[in-house]
Amino acid sequence: MEPSGNAQQAHLDATFAALADSTRRAILARLASGQASVSELAEPFEMTQPAISKHLKVLERAGLISRERDAQRRPSRLVARPLAEASEWLEQYRQFWGASFQRLDGLLDSMTAAASTRKKTRRSGPRKR
Amino acid sequence: MLYPDSFSVSTPSDREIQVTRDFHAPRRLVFDAFTRPDLVRRWLLGPPGWTMPVCEIDLRIGGTYRYVWRKEGEKDMGMGGVFRDIVPSERLVATEQFDDAWYPGEALDTTVFAEDGAITRITITVLYQSREARDTARRSGMEHGMAAGYNRLEEVLSSLEG
Repeated sequence: MEPSGNAQQAHLDATFAALADSTRRAILARLASGQASVSELAEPFEMTQPAISKHLKVLERAGLISRERDAQRRPSRLVARPLAEASEWLEQYRQFWGASFQRLDGLLDSMTAAASTRKKTRRSGPRKR
Repeated sequence: MLYPDSFSVSTPSDREIQVTRDFHAPRRLVFDAFTRPDLVRRWLLGPPGWTMPVCEIDLRIGGTYRYVWRKEGEKDMGMGGVFRDIVPSERLVATEQFDDAWYPGEALDTTVFAEDGAITRITITVLYQSREARDTARRSGMEHGMAAGYNRLEEVLSSLEG
């Protein structure tokens, strides 16, 4: 495989691994409204700072956030590009199938209702010998 | 949506894309909804505005299927393939190829219908011939009219959150 493809693939894999955790998604959602320090992030999530730091490291490795190196607070901020790349094509699948499946729910409901009506009609109808 | 939590789209390997979803119906009915043209064209339409003027299914091993989607102002999108394996109410295996040839070669679709009490869980796995093919399918899919427009980051995040 071509190296650029490999690199891109590894990148997407890291992004999806990072997004697989609900706490990390919540951290990203929080950072979408502005940068925050570890202690600012730890508070609403009721987690210890080391636990939050671990999650931040995973997000940073995936390129989803960046952190100030020199500042005392080392605030984290969101990096939009990899998330947009990852979500674009998955989002497309989600939209196609999500919309289709919602329609299928309705169709299956009417098929189930029709099947049970047929059953009832058979049961209550005159008995054949 | 009745069972939103059960809906997932994932990449189990570097050649695959997998979609799972639970339905509150016996799997016999769900299987029918996936294999009878009169039923398929009522739901397999993606986002609002698309219709399915062509929906032909010859449900036997070696038989073909053909779908064409249409939306005003958009180019028709057609795809089709050949059934490789059919276990009624349980499993469907078919090749898949889009007319626009988004990606090299065919992909293989496996749909499994698993019944658990009143729930039928379907798992659709699309296996591409290579990682390159899968990635091309993703990328070029985005350029197609059926693709969702670019989602603002906040919206994406709130959907991930939900």
